[in-house]
Amino acid sequence: MRTLTETPRRATKPGAPPPGIRTIYEKSRPGRRAYSLPQTGVPEVSLDELFPGVARRRRPARLPQIAEVDLVRHFTELSGRDYGVETGIYPLGSCTMKYNPKVNELVAALPGVRGLHPYEPEELVQGALELMDTLSRWLAEIAGLARTTLQPAAGAHGELTGLLLVRAYHEDRGAEPHIALIPDTAHGTNPASVVMAGYEPATMPSDARGGIDVAAVRRFVNEHAGDIACLMLTNPNTLGLFETDIVEVARIVHEAGGLLYYDGANSNAVLGRSRPGDMGFDIVHFNTHKTFSTPHGGGGPGAGPVVVRDILEPYLPVPVLKKTAAHQYTLDYDRPRSIGKVRSFYGNFGVLVRAYAYIRALGAEGLREVSDAAVLNATYVMAGVRDLFDVPYERPVMHEFVVSAEPLRAHGVRALDVAKRLLDYGVHPPTTYFPLIVKEALMIEPTETESRDDLDAFVAAVRAVVGEARSDPELLRTAPHTMPVGRLDEVAAARNPVLSQRFPDDEVAAARPT
Amino acid sequence: MPDESYPAELKYFKEHDWVRVEGGEATFGITWWAQDALGDMVYASLPDVGAAVSSGQPYGELESVKSVAEIYAPVSGEVVAANDTLVAEPAFVNADPYGQGWLIRVRLSAPSELDGLMDAAAYREFLATAGS
Repeated sequence: MRTLTETPRRATKPGAPPPGIRTIYEKSRPGRRAYSLPQTGVPEVSLDELFPGVARRRRPARLPQIAEVDLVRHFTELSGRDYGVETGIYPLGSCTMKYNPKVNELVAALPGVRGLHPYEPEELVQGALELMDTLSRWLAEIAGLARTTLQPAAGAHGELTGLLLVRAYHEDRGAEPHIALIPDTAHGTNPASVVMAGYEPATMPSDARGGIDVAAVRRFVNEHAGDIACLMLTNPNTLGLFETDIVEVARIVHEAGGLLYYDGANSNAVLGRSRPGDMGFDIVHFNTHKTFSTPHGGGGPGAGPVVVRDILEPYLPVPVLKKTAAHQYTLDYDRPRSIGKVRSFYGNFGVLVRAYAYIRALGAEGLREVSDAAVLNATYVMAGVRDLFDVPYERPVMHEFVVSAEPLRAHGVRALDVAKRLLDYGVHPPTTYFPLIVKEALMIEPTETESRDDLDAFVAAVRAVVGEARSDPELLRTAPHTMPVGRLDEVAAARNPVLSQRFPDDEVAAARPT
Repeated sequence: MPDESYPAELKYFKEHDWVRVEGGEATFGITWWAQDALGDMVYASLPDVGAAVSSGQPYGELESVKSVAEIYAPVSGEVVAANDTLVAEPAFVNADPYGQGWLIRVRLSAPSELDGLMDAAAYREFLATAGS
């Protein structure tokens, strides 16, 4: 066992780039510039006249000084060390890392879209409003529900928005329930959003088939009559299994006065095949970066549109898009029962445009094919690797599946070691250790965008790695071997994260106790 | 990491906790199996001295590189000590789960609850069946 004081077998400092790449700070040389400005005839105004002293830095910010060409080379070199959906298969379960078609970018870059300003008067942005209205109606149709808000900036933000709608709904009825039911397979964001919305999460167990335990839900709801705010569920769930009892679960929760929230993270499995609204859900969020091929932001702008049943429409965030005549739209802020604003302006419009372009390009039939191919691909990969692992639930899988690497523990190898060794084969590893109810979980989601050739190559890589686990387990335990950096120290990364780079001498100064 | 072991002098709870009884007090920790399943610890969140814990209810959290796990009280009582050394060295839970990796000590409020716990042999049997 490592102790925290004996970690330094790292080749590099934590936070430092791979060997061979110097940081932008190390490349800095005093006086180098990436620009040069001509002399102007306009007299310079001193900063002192423009800003009071309290608003100014005492010393200029110390920034890297570098030429344009070196800047471009620096980031080009770094990007070459990156891995993404444009590099190869990215079977990260529950994250739907699909390819983002370039037509999305083409549309988002149209001057009339890219050049919009959020303060432009409504009459000059009618086209943008119509696009938002059309996308809202499409998402409502896909969800099987009535009305959409495009404002939430991400999936988890959609969850919080949805739960605030739940709260507003109950308060409007004079009710004060405080429990949100969540299955033990749920995404970690679900209980987190519940707590943020002021509710208390109650974990519902899974049954022997890997679905939510209906008897346990019924028992819990009976014991907490009048106190059930909602149930949050992903369908298919994070085991990649369809919740076949969902209609009965919805009936139980509705009869208890609660609402049903659909976490749309796994929508890629069911587009055009089943609709959350028909299953009994009242609120749905979509992750456009998962299901509708908008960029997986890495913290950048995203969108988590929320679609609701008609009874929840009065509570939607402001502004609400309103159609006043054919091709005439306005933004309605006069919504007395609204939960208020959840996002500045109207959400991340550029992201919504990409989702619009994707849906527009595929059409209803194309979206159905997306899900059919996603399910087919997952089923195909599972057939290729299932004999290597334990399969926790013997059921048809949807767009992703979970196996347990427990059999490899006899060789001293864990799921994490399998994931690290896959890197050496040039593929991104699957999700590990989630969902929590499966030991040594490997969660694989190939998505619809991979060809049969790529699926075969992935299966071959997994088979090769498991073969090595039996013949040379040390090779896995010390993997990866071909990456710019080897096995990272996850404990040190969690306990002593280095979140920014600095000039080497600043780093020394920062490390000094103050 | 130490070898798998379940000391005979301890009692065990189904949430993979151990209990060391000393007079009217008991020390809690998590078993070898639990620390092995969770992986390398990075953070321990434990209750303050004076807090009440009740049997079967969570009283704290352990965060590992894999996940955050709630820890459940095997028996009820009032916290008389929490292992503050885990703030700086949560890895004690992995390196020495029955020693330096102890979590809290409580003054028992319902000693009869101890009768519901398993001995080492029963816990091993539990691991071989339902527990794992």
